[in-house]
Amino acid sequence: AENEPPWGIPCTQLLVFVATPGCNGFPSLNSKESYKLSVLEGSLLLSADAVWGALRGLETFSQLVGRDENGTYYINKTEIVDFPRFPHRGLLLDTSRHYLPLRAIMETLDVMAYNKFNVFHWHIVDDPSFPYESLTFPELSKQGAFNAMTHVYTASDVQTVIEYARLRGIRVIAEFDTPGHTLSWGPGAPGLLTPCYLGKDPSGTYGPINPILNSTYQFVTSLFQEVSTVFPDFFLHLGGDEVDFTCWKSNPKIRAFMKEMGFGEDYKKLESFYIQRLMDIISSLGKGYIVWQEVFDNGAKVRPDTIIHVWKENSTPYMEEMAHVTKAGYRALLSAPWYLNRISYGQDWMAAYQVEPLKFEGSPEQKDRVIGGEACMWGEYVDITNLTPRLW
Amino acid sequence: RYYEYMFGQSRRRKRGRRPLGGRGEPELSQLQVVIESREPGCQSYPHLTSSEAYHLTVTEPVAMLKADEVWGALRGLETFSQLVHEDDYGSFLVNESEIDDFPRFAHRGILLDTSRHYLPLKSILTNLDAMAFNKFNVLHWHIVDDQSFPYQSIYFPELSDKGAYSYNHIYTPADVHLVIEYARLRGIRVVPEFDTPGHTQSWGKGMSKKVNSQKDLLTPCYSGEQPSGSFGPVNPILNTTYDFMTKFFKEISSVFPDAYIHLGGDEVNFSCWKSNPEVKKFMKKQGFGIDYAKLESYYIQKILDIVSSYNKGYMVWQEVFDNKVQLKPDTVVQVWMENSYANELSSVTGAGFTAILAAPWYLDYISYGQDWKKYYSVEPLDFPGSEKQKKLLIGGEACLWGEFVDATNLTPRLWPRASAVGERLWSSRNVTSLQDAYKRLTNHRCRMLRRGVAAEPVFVGYCAHEAR
Repeated sequence: AENEPPWGIPCTQLLVFVATPGCNGFPSLNSKESYKLSVLEGSLLLSADAVWGALRGLETFSQLVGRDENGTYYINKTEIVDFPRFPHRGLLLDTSRHYLPLRAIMETLDVMAYNKFNVFHWHIVDDPSFPYESLTFPELSKQGAFNAMTHVYTASDVQTVIEYARLRGIRVIAEFDTPGHTLSWGPGAPGLLTPCYLGKDPSGTYGPINPILNSTYQFVTSLFQEVSTVFPDFFLHLGGDEVDFTCWKSNPKIRAFMKEMGFGEDYKKLESFYIQRLMDIISSLGKGYIVWQEVFDNGAKVRPDTIIHVWKENSTPYMEEMAHVTKAGYRALLSAPWYLNRISYGQDWMAAYQVEPLKFEGSPEQKDRVIGGEACMWGEYVDITNLTPRLW
Repeated sequence: RYYEYMFGQSRRRKRGRRPLGGRGEPELSQLQVVIESREPGCQSYPHLTSSEAYHLTVTEPVAMLKADEVWGALRGLETFSQLVHEDDYGSFLVNESEIDDFPRFAHRGILLDTSRHYLPLKSILTNLDAMAFNKFNVLHWHIVDDQSFPYQSIYFPELSDKGAYSYNHIYTPADVHLVIEYARLRGIRVVPEFDTPGHTQSWGKGMSKKVNSQKDLLTPCYSGEQPSGSFGPVNPILNTTYDFMTKFFKEISSVFPDAYIHLGGDEVNFSCWKSNPEVKKFMKKQGFGIDYAKLESYYIQKILDIVSSYNKGYMVWQEVFDNKVQLKPDTVVQVWMENSYANELSSVTGAGFTAILAAPWYLDYISYGQDWKKYYSVEPLDFPGSEKQKKLLIGGEACLWGEFVDATNLTPRLWPRASAVGERLWSSRNVTSLQDAYKRLTNHRCRMLRRGVAAEPVFVGYCAHEAR
């Protein structure tokens, strides 16, 4: 008719239909994120199997809405059927090299949602600082945080992050990296780290977690008991990267243990000994685990449902590593070409974009084991002043 | 504002004086600032030859800051504010000190590019604050370029009307005055750069036949016998070009009070000129042969003469010198090409011209890690030349070109990396220890955070007061 506005019938409502919502649950690796969006004259319909798909569809819908020169909001007629190629699409933040105030983490979660990321890999502690306030071991952050009053994450802070993430369909996978990367654990847990030796005497410095003491495994059990309860996701990231053997080698008790166990001079065997015991502990707590690639490379016996996180760019071409990992029957996560902390001049987003995660020789079953990847923002040179523009 | 910088962040600051509670420790109650010259300069603008020297004596009960001119007092105030520190109990302390200080180089600049990306005023002003914290004294405002023309001209409003990204991406005369005054109060000169004849695509949007029915300002490029529709550098053969420039630079000369204007002159692409039959005819007539550098020089010469007639000095990029344009003796040549810049410094100073160094300090070239170290390690006078020549190197600039920079990332990208350049240009030649600089730089970075400048981290660690 003549008096009808040129842009058609105004849309007033987006109907969201979710078959099995699960609104009070947590997203998981198996969550369904598919959705259908139908935009027709007089009818806007978003349908999904689970609430997680509805979130993705809502994001898409919000990107379809445009505004013309007169300020009118409009949306084109559209039919969309969408689902993710990979179920694990993650982002790593490092809150040990620099403390990140909650605001920075929340802001990141918001932008992750805009970009349909669904895993927040929280590399929460490391060598330089231990900001995680543990209820079981309060001394860890008291002695290990940069400042135990101002540079910590309280139990409440952690819950805030987990819930904020959940509402955006984002899983929070905590990483308590051991046995290396643990210097900050030392002050709050005397006896946990290996004392290094200079000849016959302790040098005063410390190395990785001491794998030969029973107290180590008691400690680790208690800590991870707490961590398992605090973080609801099925998976924990156990780290296991870059273990420096120098300190272990210098310690006479460790050398004696190596002999006793028949490990010879192969310290990788000692590392695997520790990791295997750790993984047993985690399994007994009813959690699954993700580990950095060294755990696989160094021959530790890992359970079949372990996820291997491929991060090394130099030594072996990472695509070869992806092939090895998946060939051995494990699921893999790719991060190697996506270390966003390694900045360079120009439009480096293109190099990241051009990565094809399945570009390796392998069977379809192997390729199915690549469950996704993670962009990593390591914190050596990053804190709240530059995190957001560096990441996005 | 320095009172706020020193005491503002304390959570336990009390108004008024606190009784010492019988500790009987010496107390500093006052900093007296004395400006010795009969013309302190408080109502005037800083200049290349301004005195920035100061003498600071910190002793109880009254500390004394003496400077010849107000500019030195500003530098001394900054230093004093860095000496005051807060202990764990909320007391402010300062060590007894005697400092005699002055800059090694007189021109210590930061280049900002507001054409590749518009920078809101707030961003520019925050940056001026940061510059003051690092004793920089020149803002080299690369205000327009190919991509956009945000400078709102009084005589030629069509330049920004048609050439700015949008009406929201403009610097009005009021904005410009604000920047100049904000800078002045911090002892910072504002040297605008209106880069020609290259880097002028955005000028052509407003100064075109279509808009104001004059001749195009830019050279129409040709495809064979026909105009191709695209334009090149400013057209050097038309009288209308010089009429425009005369009027335009009259405005610039009065809007910007600094004694110098930067005229650009870099990266002139000759292909468009070569394609244009009128230009070719002109080349023949002038006897330039096929040496287009001569045409470039012809143009630049005329612009320099125009600007001189307004009693301004000029700064130019090195190509203007390299292409043998006739320059006035007080021209400042900015050396920016990284390849053998030491040799270029020798040539420029050897020919008797003043030079400033930017080549090793292109901070827009980011890379992973602590790159401040390589900026810190540059020794500007490391070039073959006599004592006399070395005196002609009057300073340098850290440049933050805007291709990948706007208000979302400017401050952390520039600071504290530019601080390394700031120290190199102010401090003595023998202040070179990277270890010592690291300690002070990390401290200084936390200081900048406290003062509201979101400088990025130097390395792993923390500040007591993190950025919010």
